[in-house]
Amino acid sequence: MASSLLFLTELMGMRVFDLKGRRIGRVRDACVSPRVDRIRIDQFLVGGEWNWWTVRHDQVSSISLDGIYLRDEQLVPYHDDVWMLRMVRDLLDQQIIDAKGRKVVRVNDVTFDLKRLNAHDELHVLEVDVGMRSIFRRLCQGIVPPRAVRRLMAGIAPNSIRWEFCNIIEPDPQRRLRLKIDMKALESMHPADLADIVEELSHEDREAVFESLDSEVAAEALSEVDDTKTQAAILESLDADRAADIVEEMSPDEAADVLAEMTEASSEAILDEMEAAEKTDVEELLEFDEDSAGGLMNSEYIAVPDTGTVADAMRIIRENEEQVDTLTTVFLTDGAGRLTGALPVGRLFLVDQTALVKPLAGEDEVVAVPVTERRKRVEELVDKYNLMTLPVVDETGVLVGAVTADDVISMLRQD
Amino acid sequence: MRLVERLPRPLIVFFTVIGPGFITAMVDNDAGGIYTYSQAGARFGYMLLWTLPPIALLLVITQEMNARMGAVTGKGLSDLIREEFGLRATFGLMTLLVVANLTNVMANFAGVASALELFRVSKYVSVPLAAAAVWFLVVKGTYHSVEKIFLFACVTYIAYIVAAVLISPDWEASALASVRPVIRWDPLYLTLIVGLVGTSVAPWMQFYLQAAVVEKGVTVKEYAESRIEVIVGCIVMVVVAFFIIVACAAAIWQKGPRDITSAADAALALRPFGEYAYLLFCAGLLNASLFAASILPLSTAYSVCEGLGFESGVNKRFREAPVFYWLYTGLIVIGAAVVLIPGFPLVRMILLSQVVNGVLLPLVLVFTLRLVNNANLMHEWTNSRFYNAVAWIAVFILIAMTVVLVGSSVREMFFPGPA
Repeated sequence: MASSLLFLTELMGMRVFDLKGRRIGRVRDACVSPRVDRIRIDQFLVGGEWNWWTVRHDQVSSISLDGIYLRDEQLVPYHDDVWMLRMVRDLLDQQIIDAKGRKVVRVNDVTFDLKRLNAHDELHVLEVDVGMRSIFRRLCQGIVPPRAVRRLMAGIAPNSIRWEFCNIIEPDPQRRLRLKIDMKALESMHPADLADIVEELSHEDREAVFESLDSEVAAEALSEVDDTKTQAAILESLDADRAADIVEEMSPDEAADVLAEMTEASSEAILDEMEAAEKTDVEELLEFDEDSAGGLMNSEYIAVPDTGTVADAMRIIRENEEQVDTLTTVFLTDGAGRLTGALPVGRLFLVDQTALVKPLAGEDEVVAVPVTERRKRVEELVDKYNLMTLPVVDETGVLVGAVTADDVISMLRQD
Repeated sequence: MRLVERLPRPLIVFFTVIGPGFITAMVDNDAGGIYTYSQAGARFGYMLLWTLPPIALLLVITQEMNARMGAVTGKGLSDLIREEFGLRATFGLMTLLVVANLTNVMANFAGVASALELFRVSKYVSVPLAAAAVWFLVVKGTYHSVEKIFLFACVTYIAYIVAAVLISPDWEASALASVRPVIRWDPLYLTLIVGLVGTSVAPWMQFYLQAAVVEKGVTVKEYAESRIEVIVGCIVMVVVAFFIIVACAAAIWQKGPRDITSAADAALALRPFGEYAYLLFCAGLLNASLFAASILPLSTAYSVCEGLGFESGVNKRFREAPVFYWLYTGLIVIGAAVVLIPGFPLVRMILLSQVVNGVLLPLVLVFTLRLVNNANLMHEWTNSRFYNAVAWIAVFILIAMTVVLVGSSVREMFFPGPA
């Protein structure tokens, strides 16, 4: 054979011959055993006259478009396949995630690399095919001879995804373990891309993705899902302790929004499973009306005593390391926790470590809103004063949280 | 939701009830539907009103299964067909769907043309404008703004109810006729019954409704509300049909039964009863045509791309989802262009549409029934045995009726009789 490629459409229905050249059946499916080898076709399932036989890869002598010739005909009837990924049943026509192209695709065909090793032929999974060319192959399969199909399809641009970038989604956790399916490739994606992918999946597949992702990645991706209703539906489909792991990793304001969207019973169940500290944060936020400053704010912020020095401020920032990615403003509070000032974090670098923070904040009165302030007003203030962070205070002026500009952008986008 | 919260309470209730199921049912009363109802009223008066309750039942049975599948699986109908029945079946079905829906789009642009011609707007102005508006509405708007416009469009169907009331028809006769089945062995009468059913239960609805339920993110938990919505939608659709039939019965049939040539013809016949009845009927026709002309191409493009695995979605760029946009644009452009071609055999295309729909409907229904009973997909949400019995009977009736409809359409396409 000129080319060393073979397509699943060609393999399906291919005739299988024994040592004496007698036909024993046709190929019905091909399996990979991911625990043994992720890419080699380990077994061929051959439909005989009465039942299906299992042909192990080492029993094959040669494979070509003319058929599969065996070198060992001691075949076992096909039965259990819990450790097998079956190409036709589990992959063909199903949706998978293309980790490189960052999208959900539907499998039209599979391309194998036909390799001659130790005087026998092996198939290695090379690519999963999507797009027009593979659709054409599928439509011609069994009607037009394979060699003619290969000539005709040359005019259509191929569209394939390398096997190592393919993420199969398996809803059954046990099978996921047996087939060594994980979501490692997805974890390196940007959370926003991951969220887009998740939004395209069905309920079961979403659940599968969120069950196997690392909690931190899952939390980031969940925060990026557009609609709170969808976020709540995803969390509700998970076990309460798994959902709690994810919620703990989310910022408290987002966590509170999602929990507020759920039924009382589901959110209680998740809160019960959470660590005490995160639970308190979230529960405090849940008290507020969703559409007030209290409901919008985040309880993660950096507050420094207004009598302190730059060194003190730096120390407090270091202690709250997890916030530095989004930190823009440092708040100053008096002995009673009342908000007295705000300064952009960059100003801390302009002066000596021993300088006091108070003068850095300037003389202007700090813009803040009470927890009961309406959403509309919060948006207006952020816009008017070009704020990155708007502090929220309770009725006695004590700082209780902050609304960040990205929260405001999300709200505006939802309108 | 935020906009909704600011509205007065009765409106909130209205907007929370209506959604995918309601929109689907409303789009079902498109230009073709209005023509068929008008024809039924003009030719046979109140006599055919009894078919409406059974039609509502058939609609509810077929629609409910798709809404349920969408809520349980989170997948569209073409996705499920592809996953369970393979690429070839999907490809065949999608080809038929494109052809059927293309002819439906043509019929609706023709509806736009004739509704606006009554207002003395040339079709060479109205149709290109309508096509451009439809295209931009969906491609440049967001799904939520589009849905709001569609929901508002649903309200304008009240136009038909008002139009019917203005004509002051015989309410007693129409109430009686709604519950008293009459079978006449008149070929025209029987064909019209089949036509009424055929225009009400259309294959594209199965795809559209399920996709819309998925898009809205309805889950099993909220499914109870969705089911109510589907049922309410089907009932309202039939109520609108009732008023169209009654209006035409009073305006045309009572003066002397005759055939009408188009929905616009029916509108003209209402003119003697007052300018308002006439205007409302026209406005209703225009709205229905525009509404269907926006939904059908979009729904088709989504179904095809999802089933065949092309990227789809109005939030994607043209370059990311070329097949989706080409298909969507092509359906609108071709659908609108043929209306402008002088001498284009539009009537024949509409007959063809009935044939293709007729071939498609049984296939879609059988696939739907097999999918909805697949426990791997539906878990405990498969049909009950009683429901299955009812559903199979409904499907059998629909198939029998479509066979008749296809037969008569084919005959008329090749041997046009003296109409």
